[in-house]
Amino acid sequence: MKTTSVLIASAMTAALAAPVAAQTQIEWWHAMGGSLGDTVNQIAADFNASQADYVITPVFKGSYEETLTAGIAAFRAGEQPNILQVFDAGAATVIGAKGATVPVQDLLVENGVPFNIEDYISGVRYFYADSDGKMIGMPFNSSSPIMYYNVAALNAAGVTAPVTWEEFQDVTAPALVEAGYIPLTQSHMPWIFTENFFARHNLPFATGNNGYDSADITINMDAPEIRNHFEAFKSWIDTGYAGFYGAGWDDNATPFEQGKVGLWLGSSGSFGGLQQTAEFEFSATYLPYWEAITTEPTQTFIGGAALFAMSGQPAEENKATAEFFRYLTSPEVQYMWHQQTGYVPITEAAYEMAKADGHYDRFPAAEVGIQQLSLPAGEWTRGYRMGFYVQIRDVMNREYTRYLTGETSLDDAFTAIKTEADDLLARFAQTQN
Amino acid sequence: MKRAAFSQPFMPVALLLPQLIIIAVFFYWPAWEAVYSSFFMQDPFGFGSNYVGGDNYTRLAKSSEYAKVAGFTLFFTVVVTFLSLAIALLLAVKADKVIRGAKTYRTLLMWVYAVAPPVAGFLGGLLFDQNIGPITDLFAFFGYKLQIGLNYNDTAFAMIVVSVWKQIPVNFIFLLSGLQSIPIAVREAALIDNKSGTRRFWDITFPLLAPTAFFLLIINITYALFDTFGIIDIMVKGNPASNPITLVYKVYADGFRGSDLGGSSAQSVVLMILVLALTVMQFRMLERRIHYT
Repeated sequence: MKTTSVLIASAMTAALAAPVAAQTQIEWWHAMGGSLGDTVNQIAADFNASQADYVITPVFKGSYEETLTAGIAAFRAGEQPNILQVFDAGAATVIGAKGATVPVQDLLVENGVPFNIEDYISGVRYFYADSDGKMIGMPFNSSSPIMYYNVAALNAAGVTAPVTWEEFQDVTAPALVEAGYIPLTQSHMPWIFTENFFARHNLPFATGNNGYDSADITINMDAPEIRNHFEAFKSWIDTGYAGFYGAGWDDNATPFEQGKVGLWLGSSGSFGGLQQTAEFEFSATYLPYWEAITTEPTQTFIGGAALFAMSGQPAEENKATAEFFRYLTSPEVQYMWHQQTGYVPITEAAYEMAKADGHYDRFPAAEVGIQQLSLPAGEWTRGYRMGFYVQIRDVMNREYTRYLTGETSLDDAFTAIKTEADDLLARFAQTQN
Repeated sequence: MKRAAFSQPFMPVALLLPQLIIIAVFFYWPAWEAVYSSFFMQDPFGFGSNYVGGDNYTRLAKSSEYAKVAGFTLFFTVVVTFLSLAIALLLAVKADKVIRGAKTYRTLLMWVYAVAPPVAGFLGGLLFDQNIGPITDLFAFFGYKLQIGLNYNDTAFAMIVVSVWKQIPVNFIFLLSGLQSIPIAVREAALIDNKSGTRRFWDITFPLLAPTAFFLLIINITYALFDTFGIIDIMVKGNPASNPITLVYKVYADGFRGSDLGGSSAQSVVLMILVLALTVMQFRMLERRIHYT
């Protein structure tokens, strides 16, 4: 008797739950912790509420590296999520594994979602694309390195934010030192002072079209421009024109937040956080460039991460993923994401909406990232595609730090980076066939 | 001699099977996978894989960076093991003599045991922070600029302090119970023979403590080699750069962070052999000198 009633009860529950079961469920693994994670959950909840056919479940998987590793392990076990967030340095790994993902452009077109790459902001378009320009990953949290400045510090020194590095070392830095500030810190040497250094000056970063055309490539770390830049950076540190606190992001950002530093090179996505932590007026401008290298500086490219649609999913789930991407790239959602996090909106329409709404009148610094990404493009500004790039960045950080702390010479540091990076690239090429 | 009581071979095999399966699935299979993968370069997603022979090993042998990491690991293991055992022994000997409030005293010393390594690393990261760390301020007061994450030696120092701090309680608990299990009669007899506390400690107490100490030595070496991973990972803030790291962290950095499965597997095989050799050596060399009561 008892069993029967349990059966009836469960049948009734199942009947009640039936409408839910008819919905297509998809999963989204991401690396957005803290307040960024809250915004991600908000976007997912809004999407679920906006329609009745699909339900997306966001799952926080830890850091960028941990999320990628979890995705790889899941894929090998046939348990991959529908959407995986992969960061810039992991792009070559996930895109190189042809068959691991469904190119986002194909996914959208096949599922009847209109797609035109020209709708996306110039600096965003091709970073996660293949060599033919087909978009493979959907840019999600996109940022670019920009220069923040402490308004009071610059006023006290009687200078404006430097446009070129020459201006920085001849005018800005001495004045800021005089006014009692550390003139400059930066938070990410591989990203800001290397990858985007090449883009800002329109210099080739690697052979094979910066790695987009081939996996069998070498890195241009023997370019004299980058060596000179680091030589200058070291001289700034030695003369007190720059502070250097190692490779950690926060170690270099904190002195700026404490108001001790005049200029800080960070991410356009740092804007939201800075507004909460910095108790002084700050603003931002473009990343400086060397006039000695170019008089026509070009745009930078995006950092951050993209969303990849994992392959091997049923057609109706792919349809749900496509619908989610349609929702995600809508101007309203992009603008909300932009406002709450400081990451750039990825489409022109969202940018226009933010402008029309007066967002940049209220927060001029919030526009700098997107303006810098929309500067004139050059042959070498779309980004880079290099395998084992996480380790290459580790090598850069290691050798740069050793050089800047006087443990090793400029020659030795750059030879080590070039040799080890080329070795890693050659090894990555061995995994690709 | 009487043979075992099993009349057919089925029963003993069945009894052994669960244990054997667990060992096979959780130890031999992964170990075999590591050995196998170390001879390949494979796409992390499992699409392509190239046999590269011993390349992954020769690369390690030639890498000066790997040698540097191995050197630091050795230094780190020796220092952490020695300090955490020595300090714990001192504390245990002192705690053994405490008469009033002994329980409170011991509990306070054991507290730290409950702190997980990543949490310990996090606390260390905060205390030694370049900009806001109180310990950094303390050093600055004495005129030394402590730069964790920038200066190699400073970072190594902080890692050792945190790792030792975290390990002392375990050693303390074992050593204290070891001390308390030494019969009072023996101690009293020793007291009649010699008045010097130091002599009595090294001649009588310490040898009787040796079985416990030997066990702890192995536990501590394993701790310093492997379990400190959480501390190191948090203290380098996921960014090894020029900071000191141990071999285990490097396996993680190359394999998990960097998706280099072949290279990372080769490193784990090297580590596996190292630990095997270490264990054999420990038992061969030390076991003979220790007398279990």
